Amino acid sequence: MNDYIQPEFHVEIDYDKCHKCGRCVGQCGWGVYKFNERPLPDDSKCRACHRCVTFCPAHCITIKKNELAYRENDNWQPSARKKIWKQAATGGVVLTSMGADRPMESIFDHLVLDACQVTNPSIDPLREPMELRTYIGNVEDDKALKLETPLTFAPMSYGSVSLNVHKSMAMAAQRLGILMNTGEGGLHADLYPYQDNVIVQVASGRFGVDSEYLNRGAAIEIKVGQGAKPGIGGHLPGEKINQEVSNTRMIPQGTDAISPAPHHDIYSIEDLRQLIYSLKEASGYKPVGVKIAAVNNVGAIASGVVRAGADYVYLDGFRGGTGAAPAVIRDHIGIPLEIAIAVVDQRLRDEGIRQQASIIAAGSIRSSADLAKAIALGADSCAIGSATLMALGCHLCQGCHTGCCSWGLTTQKPELTRRLDPEEGAQRLVNLVHAWSHELQEILGALGVNAVESLRGSRERLRAVGLDEQTCEILGVKPAGR
Amino acid sequence: MCGLAGICDTSGNNISGETIIRAMAVQRDRGNGLGAGYAGYGIYPDFAEHYCFHMMFDSQDAKEEADLFFDRLFKVDRSEPIPTQKTPGIDAGPLLWRYFVKVDPLTLEQACVSEEDYVVDAVMAINTTISGAFVASSGKNMGVFKGVGFPEEIGHFYRLDEYEGHTWTAHNRFPTNTPGWWGGAHPFSLLDFSIVHNGELSSYGINARYVEQFGYHCTMGTDTEVVAYLFDKMMRKDGLTSLQACQALAAPLWSEIDDMDDEERAYFTHLRKKYSSAMLNGPFAIILGTNEGFVAFNDRIKLRPLVAAQKGSVVYVASEESSIREVCDLPDKVWTPRAGEAVVARLQSAPACKVEVA
Repeated sequence: MNDYIQPEFHVEIDYDKCHKCGRCVGQCGWGVYKFNERPLPDDSKCRACHRCVTFCPAHCITIKKNELAYRENDNWQPSARKKIWKQAATGGVVLTSMGADRPMESIFDHLVLDACQVTNPSIDPLREPMELRTYIGNVEDDKALKLETPLTFAPMSYGSVSLNVHKSMAMAAQRLGILMNTGEGGLHADLYPYQDNVIVQVASGRFGVDSEYLNRGAAIEIKVGQGAKPGIGGHLPGEKINQEVSNTRMIPQGTDAISPAPHHDIYSIEDLRQLIYSLKEASGYKPVGVKIAAVNNVGAIASGVVRAGADYVYLDGFRGGTGAAPAVIRDHIGIPLEIAIAVVDQRLRDEGIRQQASIIAAGSIRSSADLAKAIALGADSCAIGSATLMALGCHLCQGCHTGCCSWGLTTQKPELTRRLDPEEGAQRLVNLVHAWSHELQEILGALGVNAVESLRGSRERLRAVGLDEQTCEILGVKPAGR
Repeated sequence: MCGLAGICDTSGNNISGETIIRAMAVQRDRGNGLGAGYAGYGIYPDFAEHYCFHMMFDSQDAKEEADLFFDRLFKVDRSEPIPTQKTPGIDAGPLLWRYFVKVDPLTLEQACVSEEDYVVDAVMAINTTISGAFVASSGKNMGVFKGVGFPEEIGHFYRLDEYEGHTWTAHNRFPTNTPGWWGGAHPFSLLDFSIVHNGELSSYGINARYVEQFGYHCTMGTDTEVVAYLFDKMMRKDGLTSLQACQALAAPLWSEIDDMDDEERAYFTHLRKKYSSAMLNGPFAIILGTNEGFVAFNDRIKLRPLVAAQKGSVVYVASEESSIREVCDLPDKVWTPRAGEAVVARLQSAPACKVEVA
């Protein structure tokens, strides 16, 4: 049925410059191009992922926004109209990928950091030690996880992303002295050499979970919720379940991998406690973390999670990414990460249990500035998913759920996945984390402290610009000028 | 910029308050007249088992409210003005009063708290609930004498030459971030702990949030206050020695810890992990006074001066060596402590250190 929707982009080729080499045809995972003496684009298939643009030897391709005019109506934005046309044509739930893209203001962008002037000296990280080492877990516990810089790679399952993405993250994590996270798709045998730098995740579908899996990881994470889709399960379409994914997930090839919305053995907090301790028993008492989405009552939930015995709480804010989620869920459920960090950190302090567990914050950490602000609000470390994929080439086209990723990241098609060389991917991730770490060191130096723990939870070093009084109060941050 | 000095005769012999005044007077330029103070230990031998509250009151009303508070919570054995004398340079300050009190054992049993916690709770209650009343010190056989003025003026004002004690610490203030007011002068004290501090805690935000978890309230508007609470938490509640507390507050670098032998590495890793939010960052030289002597230490990269000396059983520390030379002819040894390295002056009569960190 015609969905009445016009292409979002125009693919323009300067045929005077074009080599007629056809590379764009091969590079595009979406099937935009046909070749008949010269490349002929079908605008309707383009997602503006820029794969063809990046690899065109003649630099003759331009992707332009379709400036098609719609009768102005502030209430009925074109995006709302298009969704209705699409649903009228298909009767389906509109799926999307990556993080919420609605124009809601970022709280991070309203926070600024402090610096030393005169009365206390700033510290030059090029000349003085500047320490980023961070421990995740109960500070009294010798099994707490060591991170050489307060970052981890966020959970992204093998299946939703390619094995080469997993290998890139694993190698980078090992070289950086940090951790990657399997997500809920199991641990492929090729990653065993890196297992000391891997958090293995146990999600509601229990994909890939057995005793060996639990014992291989550096830590175990129970995934209760995800910022992009709090309260709902996961769906990996059968097309992505090839032989290797099938082996790793321990499910038949070609079947849809559907993780239920709740864990069917966790219907309340006491059940979570039982699962935490079952996993600890099964693994010789490795640290067990719990990943939850940031929702209204996140303070009380996190408190329950810590009291249930979790070594860390992984908070995923409403802008967190996903490999596939209903757009209505992604864009309208959950609360901002900044609020969640502040509320949870304060709640755990009020209850005197902050020392028992760490906070890992995630959900659109876009830069070292976001990282520093998250830490100042109270996070021990951040996890990066979207930024990780972008370091590997992702251009945020939001088409992960299609399985056609031209960059070879969120696909299992061999002709696409081979585009990522894990060695080069690892180097890009190492570079990104090094760059952010250096920037974090610069920030700490400006703040006049030489260890990241002196920034952690130090909200006094933040000020708010343009936030309302109540939000400031919730964040525990004074307005600039106070 | 501020100035510090500390003197302790580890044999327990008494030193006149006049000595510490002289040591501070040569450091006059390190302050600006907006705050100075002293802590003396062993100065109240006749009331050695009493908690002595040194109080500052903004008004008679505040004192009357505090009188009622003390009568309700404690057995008050003596209540009197802190002796002062008119001194040029010292303007009218708050009403200064001291109470020598004991805690009724029955009250403790009913409240289910230790005697020290009971006293700490009382200090927090006065500072947060009685408007215009501040506790300058609350320890046994010790007292804090502080105010707005230069150190020699404040010492003269409080007639410190009439006191004798085994340990003295002192401070000369050049306030930058907070206004000069009587309660805001150093030392800051809780129970027997007193802190004098030159520097600024860039980590104050998290240090304050750390101690707030354990019932301490930072009310003085000055970063130094939190150091007193940190020592109370780490030494009295967690059982660390003063040296161990310093090792946590000015922890070695991870690169240094990584190079240690197994046992030492495990100890320092544990200590640093556990007290990461307590670690003091930013430039500082700090002297912690207690009834067992003092401990002095610098920040991890020594951004503030601190010199130490020893002659016989007497240990000296100061921001400037001139301060030590003024009161000690020909010291046996003078040295500059390294970054983070603690100088411990401990009374020979003090009980042996007990607890090791697990």
